[in-house]
Amino acid sequence: MTSKSSSDKPVGVIGAGNFGSAIANIIAVNRPVLLYARDEKTVERILGKGMNRGQKMLKNVVPTNDLAELAAKCEVIFPIVPSTTFRSMMKDLSPHLHPYHILIHGTKGFDIKLPKGTTLENVKQLNRSQVKTMSEVIREESVVVRVGCLAGPNLSKELAQRQPGATVVASPFQEVIQTGKRLLKNDRFQVFENRDLVGVEIAGVLKNIIAIASGGLSGLGFGENAKGLLVSRGAVEMVYLGRALGGDTRAFLGVAGIGDLVTTCNSPMSRNFTVGYRLAKGESLDEILADMDEVAEGVNTIRIAKKCADYYKVRALITDTLYKVLFEGMTVEDALNYLMRYPLNVDIDFI
Amino acid sequence: MTEIEEKKNKNKGYKPILEGIPDWPVYQLSKNRKDFIEEVTHKSVERIRKLRPTRKQLLDELEATVYREQNRLKRNRWRVDPADEVRFFSNLKKELLEVSTRTAEESHGKEDELLFRLVHRYASEIAGNFKPSKYKVARAVTQFWFARLLNGARVKKFGGFFRSQYRLRDKIHIVGKVKMLRSLTRLGTVVMVPTHFSNLDSILIGWVIHALGLPAFIYGAGLNLFNIKIFAYFMNSLGAYKVDRRKKNLPYLETLKMYSTLALQKGAHSLFFPGGTRSRSGMIEKQLKLGLLSTAVEAQRNLYLEENHETNGSPGKKIFLVPVTLNYHFVLEAPDLIEDYLQVKGQDRYFPEQDNYGSFQLIRFMFKFFTKGSNISVSIGPGLDVMGNYVDEQGNSLDHQGRIINCKDYFRTNGQITEDPQRENEYTRMLSQRIVKEYHSINRVFASHLVAFVAFQMWQKKYSKLDLFSFLRLPEDELVIDYEQFKATFKKVRKEIYRLKDEGKINHASHLKGNADIVIKRGLENVGILHILRPLARNKNGNIITHELPLLYYYHNRLVGYDLEKLI
Repeated sequence: MTSKSSSDKPVGVIGAGNFGSAIANIIAVNRPVLLYARDEKTVERILGKGMNRGQKMLKNVVPTNDLAELAAKCEVIFPIVPSTTFRSMMKDLSPHLHPYHILIHGTKGFDIKLPKGTTLENVKQLNRSQVKTMSEVIREESVVVRVGCLAGPNLSKELAQRQPGATVVASPFQEVIQTGKRLLKNDRFQVFENRDLVGVEIAGVLKNIIAIASGGLSGLGFGENAKGLLVSRGAVEMVYLGRALGGDTRAFLGVAGIGDLVTTCNSPMSRNFTVGYRLAKGESLDEILADMDEVAEGVNTIRIAKKCADYYKVRALITDTLYKVLFEGMTVEDALNYLMRYPLNVDIDFI
Repeated sequence: MTEIEEKKNKNKGYKPILEGIPDWPVYQLSKNRKDFIEEVTHKSVERIRKLRPTRKQLLDELEATVYREQNRLKRNRWRVDPADEVRFFSNLKKELLEVSTRTAEESHGKEDELLFRLVHRYASEIAGNFKPSKYKVARAVTQFWFARLLNGARVKKFGGFFRSQYRLRDKIHIVGKVKMLRSLTRLGTVVMVPTHFSNLDSILIGWVIHALGLPAFIYGAGLNLFNIKIFAYFMNSLGAYKVDRRKKNLPYLETLKMYSTLALQKGAHSLFFPGGTRSRSGMIEKQLKLGLLSTAVEAQRNLYLEENHETNGSPGKKIFLVPVTLNYHFVLEAPDLIEDYLQVKGQDRYFPEQDNYGSFQLIRFMFKFFTKGSNISVSIGPGLDVMGNYVDEQGNSLDHQGRIINCKDYFRTNGQITEDPQRENEYTRMLSQRIVKEYHSINRVFASHLVAFVAFQMWQKKYSKLDLFSFLRLPEDELVIDYEQFKATFKKVRKEIYRLKDEGKINHASHLKGNADIVIKRGLENVGILHILRPLARNKNGNIITHELPLLYYYHNRLVGYDLEKLI
């Protein structure tokens, strides 16, 4: 059904961070791209030097500072902005959106709505009416229903170098998945399909918890046995938490689950990994956060996941223990001892 | 949300929207009944051929259908089943055997003819038969007798039987978005989707439609109801078409859906019970049947497609969904329903459709219903488009911020209206979730629901070690709640209901407010009022007891799904 004219229509990307720029370049191989940057200087820089975040931007990528223009020109839009600003971005974008738009986001994180007078630190429990995935934010804030997400082991740096990689496009709509595939796929980038949108989103968020633990193990100087143990038990914990939050088991076993988990647990460059590593070296969380320019998503994710696990009465050992390490002064050493002595014997009991 | 108070509403009558019956879409449909059945048949055959494209697949499907139908005839025959059914299917089987032994060339498309014959039979069975004369009679009879019963029972003077001091309107409160419903029936095609608790719902809704001055709606009524003669008469005359839940074969289901789709496209206001069957547990439906609901989405897309093709530029008709909840103190079939539910939940087994109530029981129930002071309320929800967006009184779809959106855009890809069954399945699922949400927010809590909920939860909490089944088997005389404790919890939960109401998540009857003792008393008096064993009562010391725990469970279930359990 695609007519000639529609295939020349530009595709929108919102957010010119590392991942947004990488995705814009991938799409630009197939189609013209309008890339929205909040900061006018970024627009000027891309126009002038053709560079952004250390990546050379393809000619097909046209930067813009105007959301209304982007929504008017593009039927398919990829919002890729941090989870903390996602909702406010959607509020700005929403008046320009129509039900024919397709939105495929690439943001890993939760949106939190807290009761008045509470903060994420002091709220006792959280449930799903307060914790939202990005696709749910899109549905809440706009009329767009054809929503999808990108998830998987997508380290921006490797993508920019055109190293082999893969992503999952998840959406309940076949139409959205096919659109995403058509736009993203190339000989170095494989695209998988998944119908469980919420499951894939949750997997992408929860893996950050395990990444912190992985950094912790490295910081204590342990090797591959320990990491194997962590990744496999971490995956089980993700399944349990994920199911309580409304995902399907299968999403956690695929590219966006295990795939992303293994990648993140082995990438010392990642912020989450660094938090765990430095904790194990004896620094306190405050010290670590003080000299990081961006908050590691995983720190908040642990708060959220712990409070959700309490609400839904899910046993989440690793998350609980990390919570104690981060916020209740337990040492990484003690945490490890506690976990190793915990009487567990069934390997897999969720299939 | 503006709401019409029951008091204001009490004696207000509504003028009919379309004066003459010949103007009603349902009349137009039945006048051309024969042509309509032909159209349904042809389009269904076309659809089935698309789903089963090869000759082999079609033959397999037909064989499976005949096999199932013969099985049904052996095991589960009903009074309404036509006498020639056995012959029809054994002939079909014979011919099918012949065809399947031949090659494609030899059979000359005979298998298509067999499919056509089968579908035509189904379409004729499904098709309703609305007759204005019968409709008028049925309407007059119901009104007359309802009025006699009411007055005979209530007016304590000689000759009360012939007075018309009380009318059905006093007994049944209609609240909610009445004005909007009336205006939507003029602007487009309305699909009313009520909750389903009792067999009485069909009659009740029929009355509501008439009382609101709306033209007749077509119903998808369970074929089993046509076993009961008194129902059969009313439903035939009120424009019901028949849905047979025993038939699960593909040709039947596709024919049924096609019937509904085409009727909607022709503008016949329709009524689905999207729960599919009466709620066995007493809970508000959480899972809706998507089959019939999908016909609303499909019909809307077809209307938009037609509009595209038409050159005269007349805007395509819009389809509106209106959720409705029916709120009772008492459900006649509750003891059987909850037993079914527990059996199925306890062990995943099939139970046959049964109806233990014949015409006599129903009349007796009616009489009791009118003589005892048990009211029913019907909440009319706001109109939705097929995507579940609210609409305004001009029928425009609105987004969360109240901006007008073009519903057609949901069906567009690259600027064109497209047919995408997978997308529409997903839309149907989303629509069903919206309807469920709407049910919960227009649900009107009665005092009787709340006392049942509070008492059951308090007991269950006390025996939290037991699973549901062991708990329900506890001897009833062990269960007593101190009245003061009960009252305190009752008030706490009631307060939460007020709060939820402010958030638009629930609604409650005005009688729920005020002095807690009085409200509890009213609740206890009314909960399951006509059952022999009352689900709740007070003993000599004034404390709360039960005579039938499973029944209490049933009435308690009405308030499940609001997360109120955490307050107990």
